[in-house]
Amino acid sequence: MRVSRRLFIRDGVATVTLGLAAPSFLSAIAQAQGVPSRRLVVIYLGGGNDALNTLISYQDGAYYSRRPSIAIPAGQVLQVGSDAAGNALGLHPRLGGLLNVFNEGRLALVQRTGYPNSSRSHFEATDIWGTANPQSSTGSGWLGRYLDTLPRPLDALAAWNTTGETPRALLSGQSGVPAIPNATSYNYASPNRGAAATQERAAAQAMASSPATGRPHLAFVNATSRGAIETLDRVAQARSYTPTVTYPNNGFGLALRTVAGAIVRGIGSRVYWVETGGFDTHAQQGAAGGAYGNLMGSLGDGLWAFYSDVRNQGLANDTTVIVFSEFGRRISENGSSGTDHGAAGVMMALGGMVRGGLYGTAASLAPGNPTLENNSGDVRHETDFRAVYARLLDQWLGVNSVPILNGDFRAGAPAIF
Amino acid sequence: MAQLNPEIDHLLRRAGFGVSSEDVDVFRDMSPSTAVSYLVDYEGRPDDVDARIGRPDHAQIVSKDLFAPDIDIDDARQRWMFRMIHTRRPLQEKMALFWHNHFATAYSKLVADSGTVQAAKMLAHKPGTLRGPQGQIEIFRKYALGNFRDLLLQVAQDPAMVVWLDGKSNTKGKPQENFGREVMELFTVGVGNHTEADVYAAARVFTGWNLRKSADYRQDEYGDVNAYQEFAYNADEHEASAKTFTFPIYTNGTRTIPARSESEGMQDGVDLITALAIHPETARRLARKFWNFFVSEIQQPDPSFVESTANVYLQNRTEIRPVVRHILTSQWFNNPSMRHARYSWPAEFVVRAIREVGWQGFSLDTVKSPLASMGQQLFEPPNVGGWPLGADWFSTGTMLARTNFAATLAASQKQHLAAALESDGQTPQALLAAMLDRVTPAPLDAAPQQALMAYLVAAGTWTGSGEQLNTRAAGLARLLVGSSEYQLV
Repeated sequence: MRVSRRLFIRDGVATVTLGLAAPSFLSAIAQAQGVPSRRLVVIYLGGGNDALNTLISYQDGAYYSRRPSIAIPAGQVLQVGSDAAGNALGLHPRLGGLLNVFNEGRLALVQRTGYPNSSRSHFEATDIWGTANPQSSTGSGWLGRYLDTLPRPLDALAAWNTTGETPRALLSGQSGVPAIPNATSYNYASPNRGAAATQERAAAQAMASSPATGRPHLAFVNATSRGAIETLDRVAQARSYTPTVTYPNNGFGLALRTVAGAIVRGIGSRVYWVETGGFDTHAQQGAAGGAYGNLMGSLGDGLWAFYSDVRNQGLANDTTVIVFSEFGRRISENGSSGTDHGAAGVMMALGGMVRGGLYGTAASLAPGNPTLENNSGDVRHETDFRAVYARLLDQWLGVNSVPILNGDFRAGAPAIF
Repeated sequence: MAQLNPEIDHLLRRAGFGVSSEDVDVFRDMSPSTAVSYLVDYEGRPDDVDARIGRPDHAQIVSKDLFAPDIDIDDARQRWMFRMIHTRRPLQEKMALFWHNHFATAYSKLVADSGTVQAAKMLAHKPGTLRGPQGQIEIFRKYALGNFRDLLLQVAQDPAMVVWLDGKSNTKGKPQENFGREVMELFTVGVGNHTEADVYAAARVFTGWNLRKSADYRQDEYGDVNAYQEFAYNADEHEASAKTFTFPIYTNGTRTIPARSESEGMQDGVDLITALAIHPETARRLARKFWNFFVSEIQQPDPSFVESTANVYLQNRTEIRPVVRHILTSQWFNNPSMRHARYSWPAEFVVRAIREVGWQGFSLDTVKSPLASMGQQLFEPPNVGGWPLGADWFSTGTMLARTNFAATLAASQKQHLAAALESDGQTPQALLAAMLDRVTPAPLDAAPQQALMAYLVAAGTWTGSGEQLNTRAAGLARLLVGSSEYQLV
């Protein structure tokens, strides 16, 4: 259960000596490790996204009978064709942005992703998606273990977490990830302005550059402090980016805009972590409009802006976005015109190298169908989420997925690259 | 005017939250041993700190609504910060923080179970304010230096803990291992001193340790604030057969808790808790944790410290007060090499910075977000194992959060600092000396001292004018509180 970052600390101390070299040292590492290279942007939809209303099997009669007030009318879905089993599918009407990407052949929709005995607890399920181990919701995360494979010393910005707290997926024994929720406020605060503030920052940097001879623990904190100051300037570069498109003016849009800035400015981060919440739609979730419609609108518009912006910059082929949530939701709507916690969900991948299309097969929602579980209450998973992780690790990030995932999940992985 | 003498300063950093202007008169002429007694025998000091909330000469509290620290978690956090800053019983609050980490329980899971009001109440309700049991933090205050066996029993029956470690679903048919595992692995003997079979047995021991809702309890966000859940033993769900452990349960060496009738089965848990509390490995594990909390995180626990501390604990029938007194008066604690040999927890850092730099007009609601960025949101530990301590507190993001908090605090105290240091402002050297008397980092090597002087000299010709003092005193406070040296306590 307890995650120790002691190895990271040991490395942190080790970098003290190295870090004293040239001020450009870290960015040189960043270049060696990250530019030009492929990036992965991970988007977590917090709360359990209602996959059945994201990608709609609009010819399934049970979909309408079991969701009388929240089903999307067949005439309103954004058609994306049929899956291998012949289920006609459509995106939520507010996902017009994603339909654009789909029509460019760069959006993969992986249906019914999950794992056996899916946890219905947000807490545990989110952690399971993080550890990539359905038997354990504690310990290091799959992306943290990926970062551990990168050469040492690790660039301070090898990964960039846009949320305030480190998600389980990014936890590791050896690789610290800075939390930069907002590039605009990730700056050096001072009680003063102007020359006094500039002089103060210079003094802070000089203090942190003190060798602290014979005091290794002080030297470790100094190295961390120096790393923060050096990171500041690189984050500021990302902040100064002017995008080629207008991003939606919400938290998700602004986070994606920051990520685009970091990518275009060549910051060199391999992994970006973005979260957007509100998907725990237990009540009054709405159908095409309403609360869920707003969630879809913000998701689709944000992703379309990001995809367009990165493509306009000629960097789409170096960028892959994946979207997941901790679980899907119950098939039948509840008494409050919402949905409770369910099982399998839908994962998405988009980017210039993604082989777009429909992967996996939709569940048949009539009670008793073998694609269901939990007394036909929930959708049974078809593709293990770790198979998607394996594909990303092996084919996109170019590392061996087996040790990172503690097993070989390549079989049955959707061929999204 | 914060520093007294090295022994007392060290004692107050470890057994309290540093030296504030309020403390100087109290401790100025005290011998170290008198100071230890003053801190340890804190019942001699009034517990009047909550009554001082709202006083203009104290740190300020700003609530988004009516201040409701018994049912609103952010208000509860502010009340705790206020207590840590202004208490006359610093060691009691320090130990409450220690136990909060030892029995780490997170608000967010309680919210998922019971809603925000009840979750906050389960953690922070001050007894007597509303109907229902005291909040968990009040148990930690009450037993701060109390009997560990009694504390463990209170915690096992604490509604927050029952929810947190899934006691509600620990039934006869399906024993739930969560509490049974952690009570051994984390709360007492530690890894390597129990087996999986012990975990299964412990789960069965605690079957039926559940909660009962008050009649007016509603499972929603805005239920009656007087509604509550309280501990209740549910005999129908107790698994009554005998349970055998790999370690002695009774002082005669017996390892088996006998089969008992369901109605008497609650005694199983009491027996196990007593056995775990007096287990020699529990004594050693607590001694090692106290070593890190009070003595050093840089040196490994000295084996003779561990043995002597464990012996004090066992000879005093698991009383913590003599243990802490033993530690604070020990050769290890008082060895000068142990000074500044710990990495301050974010809460310690923030409270000490406020106490040293100043709190006039400073609103404690502003520390919530910085503390989260530093990695320690109170009442929200990352998991039941508590926060990753020591060097694990430090990353680029958390260090930046610390330095930026120093800037926020220094900015808020600008004029007060300038006024307080006016007579010391004739020369940059005098200003630095005066600031180092107030704000207490670990000793500064020559290079950082030169950097600080360079910062002061960069102001141009030193006149000691109000404007210069205003700017540079605050800048100096920011640099010192944000320094690496200051993070070590």
